[in-house]
Amino acid sequence: MESVKNIEKLLEKYLEAETTIAEENRLQEYFTQDEVPAHLEEYRPMFQYFEIAKQERFTKEVPLKPGRNKSYLQWASIAAVAVLLVGVFLKQPATPSLEEEYTAEELQSAQMALAIFSKNFNKGTDGIQYLKEFETTTNKFLNNE
Amino acid sequence: MKQSEFLNIVMPFKDKLFRMSKRLLVSTEEAEDATQEILLKLWNNKEKIGSYKNVEAFAMTMTKNFCLDRLKSKQANNLKLVHSNYKDENTSLQRQVEVNDSLNWMTKILNTLPEQQRMVLQLRDIEQYEYEEIAEMLGMKQTAIRVALSRARKAVREELIKKHNYGIG
Repeated sequence: MESVKNIEKLLEKYLEAETTIAEENRLQEYFTQDEVPAHLEEYRPMFQYFEIAKQERFTKEVPLKPGRNKSYLQWASIAAVAVLLVGVFLKQPATPSLEEEYTAEELQSAQMALAIFSKNFNKGTDGIQYLKEFETTTNKFLNNE
Repeated sequence: MKQSEFLNIVMPFKDKLFRMSKRLLVSTEEAEDATQEILLKLWNNKEKIGSYKNVEAFAMTMTKNFCLDRLKSKQANNLKLVHSNYKDENTSLQRQVEVNDSLNWMTKILNTLPEQQRMVLQLRDIEQYEYEEIAEMLGMKQTAIRVALSRARKAVREELIKKHNYGIG
């Protein structure tokens, strides 16, 4: 067991931050025993605390993403964009224009059909206008009553 | 680098990072978040790990910077946390109520120290690093570290004496 004289000397060095790790361990050991001289009592909680503080552990999991390489992903995304762009450019000229696909007559008859359709459609919407008018009038009656 | 290799490197000092974070941030949850963040940052830079001389010291420096930034932004936002109900979770390790009490007292005393003294004391008295390593971690000169450490130790002792006398009187 260390003599009190020795411990006092070590403590002096300790407070001046001149002790080595080995010497600090000696102090630690000395002050973790149950009985220490009364005039050194204030050091006990200090060294006991250091001893116990060492045992605290980090218990949380760290969610590491499993080994997919970042650079691999980068290159993959660049490649994907490139493929997409090439695809778009190659596809465009492949769609034939209307003039190429149909004859002039066919186009004309299609236009006519569309014209007739829109004319009739407009008639229908005109009819709806009347309906609306009808509704406002009935509302008038209802409100008057 | 594979996950298992990375964990082998990080495992030996992850607790030290956590304890350092907790010394600075005080709250356990915040310290856990900080440690997680640091480990993830290391993982994302895992290609570079081989080029660091001392991964542990590097990680400790990261932790220090991260926590100090946290503290700074907290002050800037006027969001000072008050840990009045703070309790050390290590209490289960203690044998006596009396010891338990003085340990809580120690935690409180340490939290009143300036950040630099807290870090130095943590790294030396709890983690037992050599001055050379601490100098590398904190980017300080060894003489400056000794001065800070001496101040910290004396301040803690003063407080304990005060508490001790109060307990008797």
